[in-house]
Amino acid sequence: MSSNVTTAGDEPVYNTKVVKQFAIMTVVWGIVGMLVGVIIAAELVWPDLNMQLPWFHFGRLRPLHTNAVIFAFGGCALFASVYHVVQRTCQASLFGSGLAAFTFWGWQAIIVAAAITLPLGMTSSKEYAELEWPIDIAITLVWVSFAVVFFGTIMKRKSKHIYVANWFFGAFIIAVAVLHLGNSAAVPVTAMKSYSAYAGTIDAMVQWWYGHNAVGFFLTAGFLGMMYYFVPKQAGRPVYSYRLSIVHFWALIALYIWAGPHHLHYSALPDWVQSLGMVMSLILLAPSWGGMINGMMTLSGAWHKLRYDPTLRFLVVSLSFYGMSTFEGPMMSIKTVNALSHNTDWTIGHVHSGALGWVAMVSIGMLYHLIPVLYKRTQMYSVQLINLHFWLSTIGTVLYIASMWVNGIAQGLMWRAFNTDGTLTYSFAESIEASYPGYYVRLLGGVIFLSGMLIMAYNVWRTVRGDEQKQVASAEVQAA
Amino acid sequence: MDQGTLQGIGTILAITAFLGVCWWAFSSHKKKDFEEAAQLPFSDEQESPQNKDK
Repeated sequence: MSSNVTTAGDEPVYNTKVVKQFAIMTVVWGIVGMLVGVIIAAELVWPDLNMQLPWFHFGRLRPLHTNAVIFAFGGCALFASVYHVVQRTCQASLFGSGLAAFTFWGWQAIIVAAAITLPLGMTSSKEYAELEWPIDIAITLVWVSFAVVFFGTIMKRKSKHIYVANWFFGAFIIAVAVLHLGNSAAVPVTAMKSYSAYAGTIDAMVQWWYGHNAVGFFLTAGFLGMMYYFVPKQAGRPVYSYRLSIVHFWALIALYIWAGPHHLHYSALPDWVQSLGMVMSLILLAPSWGGMINGMMTLSGAWHKLRYDPTLRFLVVSLSFYGMSTFEGPMMSIKTVNALSHNTDWTIGHVHSGALGWVAMVSIGMLYHLIPVLYKRTQMYSVQLINLHFWLSTIGTVLYIASMWVNGIAQGLMWRAFNTDGTLTYSFAESIEASYPGYYVRLLGGVIFLSGMLIMAYNVWRTVRGDEQKQVASAEVQAA
Repeated sequence: MDQGTLQGIGTILAITAFLGVCWWAFSSHKKKDFEEAAQLPFSDEQESPQNKDK
């Protein structure tokens, strides 16, 4: 082995406490966030389910769902893996353990604040940035502390090189800080009400510069960092091409920042900005697939492991969904395709192909690898339950996105259908009626995905408690 | 300078940057560094990853 690697004898004392805290809360917030998702999916099937309670209305719960799954579930998964990976690959203990503890408690307090204020209707109404200004300030404080802990650990590293996963984590932390500060600029009028510092089209452009890069840097770059560590680790072999990972990194971060205007096609935004956003989104296919191929090919020569390792299957299938949604995204950014897909359920399907298929499944794979490492167990309590969870997640995701494809295309076609005299063929309500079968299937897919999360919670609980694993079961799986 | 020229310059700069990154990533003098860096996920283990294949 190379000289830069320290031997196990002088291994630093890793801070596992904060990693454990974030890992456990990933499971908890995953269940909460997805449960809210299932509730609002049910409200779309049975509108009376909101029981006329303002705080239980779809419009209030929907931002709670998105904030909970992105920032609570996804955020905790990112914090856990960043703190774990940066220590392990730098061969150094975490810089500023007090500050790291502050990021944990601060982040949890922000999540609780979101869970209280959003149902009460306190919102800046900016998608994925709904939280009002006092909470925005708290986010800034936690995020700056996060950056100090991360880059502080990088600076005290014993290894010569900075592993590529940390490049992605670093870009994710810096970009999210810039995006949050840029988009949250607002004029406060009361303790829980503010108005955006931008006006009109500029406000829309700033919002979607933020919004799409929340996807690009929070939900992509951060989770790619996770992928670049946990896929090699679980497969037991280094990444397929380290050189490709470097080209992947620079191309991805250079392109993503330009793609936001595709959310504003056919709007008051100048045409050239729309076209620029479309072209940059199309080019994004190249680095996205470069990264996906790099992750998948890491398994070359070890494909047989997929047969008996459901954790690795989670990671690899998450890459397949990543490849699928990063093909679908550029396609939907083409203005003529967008003319059909915009404002339809297709968009929701696309988001969930990325959110359930990629973000959630790579996080679940990460947790199934990480939990036994953190609690010093040889493996999870039950490998069979991981396998069951894998199939529930996959089937749930496929049901979700397939129903939304059908709904989205049906809605798009119905909205653009004209009679010969120029009147609309269908009323809006008719397109809603046509969407009902899809709403049922979406709810079913969501329930299946959520049930998998509950199984994971049980499995994690038994693993943490240190219960004996089912040896017979894992032997059966190995023999199969 | 008209918009077309500006877009042309932008395109050339982007291509140069991309080719520069590719050249840097694939240049032979970085090969050893990258091979070392690729092993970093396994630096907290005693055994080398090559022996871990089942």
